[in-house]
Amino acid sequence: MSDCRRQWNREDELPVYLAGPITTGPNQRKSFGMFSSVEGAFESKTIDFDNYAVGRKGSRTPRSGSRERLLDAGDPVGKTPGETREGSQSNSPGERDEGRPGLEVRFSSGDENQNGESERLLIKGGRVVNDDQSVYADVYIEDGLIKQVGENLVVPGGVKVIEANGLMVIPGGIDVNTCLMKPYLGTQPLDDFLQGTKAALAGGTTMIIDHVTPEPGDSLLQAFEFWQEAADKKACCDYSLHVDIPQWNETVKDELELLVHDKGINSFQVYMAYKDVYQMSDSQLYEAFSFLKQLGAVVLVHAENGDLIAQEQRKILGMGITGPEGHPLSRPEELEAEAVFRAITLGNRVNCPVYITKVMSKSAADTVAQARRKGSVVFGEPITACLATDGSHYWSKNWAKAAAHVTSPPLSPDPTTPDHLHTLLACGDLQVVGSAHCTYSTSQKAIGKEDFTLIPEGTNGIEERMGFVWDKAVAMGKMDENQFVAVTSTNAAKIFNLYPRKGRIAVGSDADVVIWDPDSVKTITGKLQQSAAEFNIFEGMECRGGPALVLSQGRVVYEDGKLQVQQGTGRFIPRKHFPDLPYQRVKFRNQVKNKQGVTRGMYDGPVHDVVPTPKYITPSPSAKSSPTSHQPPPIRNLHQSNFSFSGKRAQMDDNIPRRSGHRIVAPPGGRSNITSLG
Amino acid sequence: MAGRRGNRDKVEDDLPVYLARPGTADQVPRQKHGGLFCSVEDAFESKTIDFDSLSVGQRGSRTPRTAKREAGQEAKSPASESFESPPGDSPRSRSRGGREDVLRNLGDETSDRLLIKGGRVVNDDQSFHADIYMEDGVIKQIGDNLIVPGGVKTIEANGKMVIPGGIDIHTHFQMPYRGTTTVDDFAQGSKAALAGGTTMIVDHVIPEPGNSLMEAYDQWRQWADEKSCCDYSFHVDITNWNDSIKQEVDSLIKEKGVNSFQVYMAYKDYYQMSNSELYEIFTFLAERGGIAQVHAENGEIIAEEQARMLQMGITGPEGHVLSRPEELEAEAVFRAITIASQTNCPLYVTRVMSKSAADIISQARKKGNVVFGEPITASLGTDGTHYWSKNWAKAASFVTSPPLSPDPTTPDYLNTLLSSGDLSVTGSAHCTFSVAQKAIGKDDFTQIPEGVNGVEERMTLIWDKAVTTGKMDENMFVAVTSTNAAKILNLYPRKGRIAVGSDADLVIWDTDSISTITAKTHNSAAEYNVFEGMELRGAPQVVICQGKIVLEDGNLHVISGVGRFIPCTPYPDFAYKRVKARKQLAVLRAVPRGMYDGPVSEFSMSRGGTPSASARTSPTKQPVRNLHQSGFSLTGNPAPCGPPTPDDIPIRPAGRRIVVPPGGRSNITSLS
Repeated sequence: MSDCRRQWNREDELPVYLAGPITTGPNQRKSFGMFSSVEGAFESKTIDFDNYAVGRKGSRTPRSGSRERLLDAGDPVGKTPGETREGSQSNSPGERDEGRPGLEVRFSSGDENQNGESERLLIKGGRVVNDDQSVYADVYIEDGLIKQVGENLVVPGGVKVIEANGLMVIPGGIDVNTCLMKPYLGTQPLDDFLQGTKAALAGGTTMIIDHVTPEPGDSLLQAFEFWQEAADKKACCDYSLHVDIPQWNETVKDELELLVHDKGINSFQVYMAYKDVYQMSDSQLYEAFSFLKQLGAVVLVHAENGDLIAQEQRKILGMGITGPEGHPLSRPEELEAEAVFRAITLGNRVNCPVYITKVMSKSAADTVAQARRKGSVVFGEPITACLATDGSHYWSKNWAKAAAHVTSPPLSPDPTTPDHLHTLLACGDLQVVGSAHCTYSTSQKAIGKEDFTLIPEGTNGIEERMGFVWDKAVAMGKMDENQFVAVTSTNAAKIFNLYPRKGRIAVGSDADVVIWDPDSVKTITGKLQQSAAEFNIFEGMECRGGPALVLSQGRVVYEDGKLQVQQGTGRFIPRKHFPDLPYQRVKFRNQVKNKQGVTRGMYDGPVHDVVPTPKYITPSPSAKSSPTSHQPPPIRNLHQSNFSFSGKRAQMDDNIPRRSGHRIVAPPGGRSNITSLG
Repeated sequence: MAGRRGNRDKVEDDLPVYLARPGTADQVPRQKHGGLFCSVEDAFESKTIDFDSLSVGQRGSRTPRTAKREAGQEAKSPASESFESPPGDSPRSRSRGGREDVLRNLGDETSDRLLIKGGRVVNDDQSFHADIYMEDGVIKQIGDNLIVPGGVKTIEANGKMVIPGGIDIHTHFQMPYRGTTTVDDFAQGSKAALAGGTTMIVDHVIPEPGNSLMEAYDQWRQWADEKSCCDYSFHVDITNWNDSIKQEVDSLIKEKGVNSFQVYMAYKDYYQMSNSELYEIFTFLAERGGIAQVHAENGEIIAEEQARMLQMGITGPEGHVLSRPEELEAEAVFRAITIASQTNCPLYVTRVMSKSAADIISQARKKGNVVFGEPITASLGTDGTHYWSKNWAKAASFVTSPPLSPDPTTPDYLNTLLSSGDLSVTGSAHCTFSVAQKAIGKDDFTQIPEGVNGVEERMTLIWDKAVTTGKMDENMFVAVTSTNAAKILNLYPRKGRIAVGSDADLVIWDTDSISTITAKTHNSAAEYNVFEGMELRGAPQVVICQGKIVLEDGNLHVISGVGRFIPCTPYPDFAYKRVKARKQLAVLRAVPRGMYDGPVSEFSMSRGGTPSASARTSPTKQPVRNLHQSGFSLTGNPAPCGPPTPDDIPIRPAGRRIVVPPGGRSNITSLS
């Protein structure tokens, strides 16, 4: 690596590469098995400037002072950044001694308007962390795009310079699961697109993918447009939308096609729970999977066995348990694991990628991990709540607190669950972290004060998501910083076809960048959060690691704990169908999986007569499709002597011991002409 | 063991005391044994007085005894002759003296009294050398130097194994199918069973959906009573579920001696039960002490796959296995286990045909679920590659559901799990159709009647594949072919064990004989045998059923109609002991908390026309808001409501309305 880098130590050559950002190499990506979270990470989707012209700085590969000087002397235009960098380098050791390096924002020259839209930004002295590698590099941002990554960049004068002082510069987080507008019995969640995206940005998440949740019978298209309109007005960060399919019928198919081809939606959620409302039968799921696979969309599955939940709910209400503890009691994790298993089986049959939303329990996560080991194309998404807390709170004496934890599938009462899920996340068995942020006030939750089945479901987590993954996985040594970037951002971008526009710091990518401070410690409390909810389920938890500065679309939106957002600046990001990460393997399997019948001589031996209206029928698989297959009248064909293919005993019908009046039928004319088999 | 036995050099005069009360179940609580080896669970308990453990001297290679003691014992019992032949001698059952020869030839009435001499008694827990004396179809004495009346017929076992007769827990004899019946009726089928060393069969009663279970049961009883040559019992299949079926199930358990009921997760729109129905059935059976058997395959996906196969132009028998991949079996097994675990009901998975399904069962057992898996003869002996045979008739003869796995390593794998105790019992799922009957589906594989043979080959095949390969010992062989089945059916120790007081269903097993299976010589009426051409070691040499010799020297002497119905009682210990204990633990309690009396948000159950819980019942939109509706619904999920039409729902996170109940405090009685 360092040899390679030495060949490119002249900054004059930089513009050549800048001229052609995002040149996708023609070479195919390989599929990796267990470590698929970094699948494709090494391929040349964009030209990685850091790989070529960026000198590595800092403790990892310290460079000689003489060489540094040589580089700086080589280019007069880059003098200013070069100097500042040298300055920062001399500063930073001192700062590190004090504890943690701070951020410093300043303008290189004073002629630029401070509060105006600063379209040009330079992040200096940071360590750029992508999902595949970390390098020291400066990042230059213009017009909401990353224009240059590297050392000693040639930048115009008057840019705003942010001194990262060796802090991590990571791609902004992508929260793949939010419900900011999911209505419940006529009420709306507290956090709408404005409030929700504010909270997201405060937590280092620069893009959300929200769920459009139409009611059964509603038009998906209308619902989508309604959601989009609301989000366009209010969202402060880029967003995209999943569309939930509340029921399966013919009209839905047309709308899905339209959504995929014209609206830029490539992910749809189906439900295996919520009996009589959203729940689909296995047949419907099979059809839905088949159809969505043709469209090249990702199937999201809410995996819980709704039939059994309904039974359990009835039983538990019958026992007089009406409080929130009835919620986890009626939705034991086995039912989640069962549905996950079934969804994966369906996905295998249809050969369709399956994405399990809200993996809440150990057993469900294990099921996903096992299936991946067997080669299934399946992705699992744990959410903030299940990664940071557990379901023991359902038994809280405080009704409001217990109710605040109600979400589906429920948090597992097993307190070791978060740890287990983090482990699977770290090793790549689970891929993406969402938040399933859907907050209702206590008074809204109180709709179900006499019946836990009516408590609106949803927990907070959009703001805490990245922090908890850092705190519980990276700070604990389970996960490295690259995997942290993968699970919070890159994998989501790959699965939903946003990569490399999102989820990576590379030339040409969107300037959604977070400067991450691994040492900041804050205590989560409902009082200080951005979300409007009065109750935070992580109340009182200490969390190490947090964003020091957040850039969204090239603008600083969060700095020093202060949020500067503008309502409605969020753009809808359309997503193309057939994302590579889920679909490449599927495409190859499609080619392999062609099934062929056996070419055999037709059977022309005797055929038993079938009674048209059978009194007794035994297991016949498709009694529905053809309950009766009527055969010709009973004449035995004595001329038919020797048909080779149909086997040695086919003609030995004389030996059949016929008891109790069997009727043997042979086709008249000697031979039935069956055209089906060659 | 040997020391304990050594202390009991009892004289045989004590025998009548114990014989006076055979099968006394004592009050000693049984201990629980560990998970993996639970197939021998309870095996050491004193359900009957084990004579063998009390007064029987052990002889033979395992614990060789001193010659002195041997001699002393023999001297004590002048009635019995010494063993003249070492084990491994030519296995001949013989009668002593001309008088017994005559008696034997006289017929059945004289064979009421039988003495098996010099055999090695193999139960599921231990093996020992002993003589067995039986009278009136019941084992009366076990031990050395028995005092028996004169003139009994004696069979010299010559050191051969004497095992409890096999119990085939899964057959379909004389099963009606679209106006015809399977070619093996109860006479033919039970004859084949006896020929293979199986002395009891458990047949499935399959009522038509909509018909009465009781009528079907009576019908089957009638057929079996007329024809069966060996003892039998029934499972009843629940083909639909409603209140009247519930009552019938109840009375079948209480009055008719049926304790196991099969439900189907396959055969969509026909037998298939929904998850909710399965939940209700399992709950019901758990309350009544029944065993829930499942045919585990995902019928809905099968239906889709079948349609796809036919559309692709695949109509031959290979379509059967292609449309029923083993994943669907594993999925259904997983689901069934989940439901059973929720309802705390013992589960019995019939026909474990694939590796993945077997794996799911063994995983579940490791997690503590009460689940039993039953591989069948076909899945233990052959594989599904034959579905691609060019010979249609041959391919069709393998059609059964779930299908045989095309993976040729499956039989080996299943035999391993059977040996380790992860799978518990073996059936045969014997259900034979003639080629002509199979040809009903010659143009469409979905119409091929399903079923394979296996009742005759079952024991031999397991011996050959598991015991001679060293996977399994002879005790485990007895457990999986007989004892475990008896325990599940609550027939133990009457069946499935050689003990005083047990039924005289015995097999003298010849471990060395080699036979080649062929349809020409088998006892089934089917033209095809799915094991055609296989060479198998081990075979029954003498089969004794109800105390009568039915197979000897290769000659089968069976009498149709002598088979008795053996009623099974509910709550078999083997399955229910654990369930009962768990039931006491699994009491759910509500959290006593002060009632919530804060503000309650205004909500509407029917706003926008989509109430959360009853979308099915009211598909039409109700634009009028019903303020009187309390919105209380038992089935209700906290599902979101309200259509996302722009006009309907204002986005108002800030201006939400809070409703406080008038009077300050709502009196809710539900929580203390």
